[in-house]
Order: sequence, then C-alpha cells, then structure tokens
Amino acid sequence: MAEKEDKVLKIKTIKNGIVIDHITQGKAPDVLKILGIDENFRDALTLAMNVPSKDLSRKDIVKVENRDIDTNEINKIAIIAPDATINIIKNYKVVRKEKVSLPERIIGIIKCPNPKCITNKEREPIASVFIVKQINPLILSCKYCEREITSEILTYLRSSQPSSL
Amino acid sequence: MKGMKWTKKHIISINDFSKDEIDFVLEKSGILERKLNSSRTSSLMKGKILANLFFEPSTRTRMSFEASMKRLGGITIGFDYPGISSEVKGETIADTVRIVSGYADVIVIRHPVEGSARLASEYSNVPIINGGDGANQHPTQTLLDLYTIKKEFKKIDGLDICIVGDLKYGRTVHSLTSALENYDVSIRFISPQELRAPRQIVKSLSDRGIEVKETTKLNLKNSDVIYVTRIQKERFPDPQEYERIKGAFILNLNSLEGIRDNAIIMHPLPRVSEISTDIDATKHARYFEQAKNGIPVRMTLLCLVCNIKFW
Repeated sequence: MAEKEDKVLKIKTIKNGIVIDHITQGKAPDVLKILGIDENFRDALTLAMNVPSKDLSRKDIVKVENRDIDTNEINKIAIIAPDATINIIKNYKVVRKEKVSLPERIIGIIKCPNPKCITNKEREPIASVFIVKQINPLILSCKYCEREITSEILTYLRSSQPSSL
Repeated sequence: MKGMKWTKKHIISINDFSKDEIDFVLEKSGILERKLNSSRTSSLMKGKILANLFFEPSTRTRMSFEASMKRLGGITIGFDYPGISSEVKGETIADTVRIVSGYADVIVIRHPVEGSARLASEYSNVPIINGGDGANQHPTQTLLDLYTIKKEFKKIDGLDICIVGDLKYGRTVHSLTSALENYDVSIRFISPQELRAPRQIVKSLSDRGIEVKETTKLNLKNSDVIYVTRIQKERFPDPQEYERIKGAFILNLNSLEGIRDNAIIMHPLPRVSEISTDIDATKHARYFEQAKNGIPVRMTLLCLVCNIKFW
C-alpha cells in the first residue's frame, strides 16, 4: 500500500487535495469539467494523460490542490471513467482511497436528452433517474421515458458547483 | 407460469413484463372472454370506480376502457379533453393523480408527455394503467396485439411475423417487437429506407436469437402475421417524397397474392389508406377483431391490478 501511495505521489506531491488516478485514457479533461475546473481555477492542478499503467494500457491522472470531492461528483466520474480511484490527500498523506463505482440507478445528475420527457417538465416533483443497463460500453436508460443514451453522456451531465476545502 | 401469483400493481410499460407475466395475461384474457360471451362478468367490479384521465384526445382507447369497466359492472368517471382538466390551471400531473386516487379504485392515464404514467404511479394510492404516454409506451395495445395473435394461432412461438410501415417512429411497433423478444419468432421488417427500424431494436432482437430480415419491398409471402402501421405525412420534410413513398406501402388485393392461406392482417388503427377497404372482406383481415379483443384484455388487466380473481 505504502509503495503504491509513493508511486501516486511521485508525479507531483500535493499537500491537501485530491488525486484521481486510473482515469480512462483521454478522459482527464472531462473529469476537470465534472469538477467545474476552468481557466478561473487558481490552485495547483496537475493533469497527466496517456501515462503507462499496470491495470490499463494507458491512463490519465488528475491532481487538484485544495479541493474536496462529493458523492455526486464521484458518481459522475464513474460514468465516464469506471475504473478511476479517488485519493483524498491531507498533509501529504493519502487519508482515504476509494474506487468509483457505478450505482445501479443514477439519480438527479443526468438531464434526459428527450425534451418530451416528464423529467424535463417544469414544476413536476421529479428528479431524473437513469438505470444502468450495460456497463461496457455504457448504456443508460431513462426510468421515465425509457430513452437510452450511450455515447455523449457527458453532454447531459448537469453542471455542478465546485466544492472547495 | 403455473401457479404464478400476480404482483404487478401498475401497468406502465411492456418492458416491465416478464414472459410469464405476458403469458399469464393472455391466458386469463381467454378465460375472461369466454365468461364475457356467456354474460358472467357483470358483477366482478361492482361498486368500483375507474377514472379515465385523458389529457389528449383518444376515442378508441378511452371507450375501450370505459366499455371494459362497464362490462365488469363498475362505473367510470373522468375527462377526455384536456381543456376541462385542472392542467390548464397549472396543476401538476402528480397533484391531479394524488387527488383522483382518492376518488377512484383504478386510474387510466393518457398524456402526451413521455414518462407521465410512471410518474403518476409514484403518486397514486390506486393502480395506474398507462393508456399511452406520448411516443413512449402503450402497453395494453401490445397485450391485445399478442392476444389476437395467440387467439388465432394458439401459440406465438414458431410464427413468421412481418411488420410494415413506419418502423422508425411507430410506438406500437417498438413495444410489439420488445414483447416479441420473449418468443421464438422470425421477424421481417418492411419499410421505406427513411423509416427503417432503429438499429438498437434490430440488434436487441438479433441478440435474443431472433431471425430479423429488413426489406423495402412489400413482399408479404411466407408470413403468418402481417402487422401494418400508418406512415405519417409529418415524418417527411418533402410532401412529394411522402406521396411517392406511401403508394409503395399500401396493401390491396394484389399485394395479397401468394400469401399463406391462414395469414392474418393486423393494424393498431386508425388506418388511413395503408390497407385498402377491399381487404376488409377477405378472410385475412383481423384488425377489427383485434380492436374488439381490447375489451377482454383490458377487463383482465383491470381485474388483475385490482386483485379480483375471476378464474
């Protein structure tokens, strides 16, 4: 475990923040979008892409200083990078490490692309619910209008507010 | 299926049904139709109220449910014109359903917004039956389609089924093919190139081991069931293109040459011109009987969701 942590931290050590490892190759920019990180972000950010990996042939890594992560964001990352691991760093140490996991139902974080879906109707007391029908490649189905989405899922992710430490 | 206990409270989507549940409904519909023919159904739902909430116009489905409830001895309330409902005052579907579920024992809802019936089921204390939610689902239509096929051939497995018309947008077609995935059938899709069945549907059928053929030629030979749907004008940006294409998919007496002797022609109705009226008198026409079959099937579903045992 200690050896693995060293490897993770070797790229660039951060004092406090998050390290998201084992991101599906090419998806690091999408992870930044999920975290709401754009040109206005002022803390240290390391983005590594196409890094050789033991588990995957190539992977991406994202390290963000002074940033926490919430369950909603973890669920969103699971949708685009199902093998990612989240490391929470405090005072240069990994205090928590978890692998993202795709819930059976994804609630409230994807906007249904069907404009005629009840979940897009104003005033109804309803959150979008997507059922995971298949993991690889990912197929989600709206619980209400039954529309399936496969590619371009990121387009339909609802934007989140950045949460800082 | 033997000894199966019915547990479904709501009828929302054909995709919620297992094969056993579909077969259960078809078998019980047969029993109920025999009872209906000998006038032994008129007290099954005595004292019960069905609320028909039709947020968009529908003559057939609404009347079919109304007739079904009345044949069971129950009564119906409701509306079939959105202009007189509280929706025009801004009431949500959730609120309407919560209120009406205090008035009635079972609710049938038709609404143009997709997923509305599923939402209704989450806010209702009484069973909800989906009478059509936009382009999404119309499960009772699919069940009466399957009932018509089973009644004719005494089986569904082993049949050759061809589906003609608008396979891209047709809600009926999508629900029917989804239900047919449970059976050992072969399917031939006949449509204009522009209105081919979605790839996802073809793949899903093939994945289940069902033989699927696609063609643009109106060849009805070697089929047991010929299921025809309407090609809607509004699907074509160019009206001339529509006029050119629609003619190639009109069934007339000539198109029946060489078809199987016992083949049946079905249509969810209303038809416009896709089946010429001279076919009505042939032994193959089954679309009016198909509509009539909606009565025992809907009566069965009303009884099942209200826990009324009639067998």
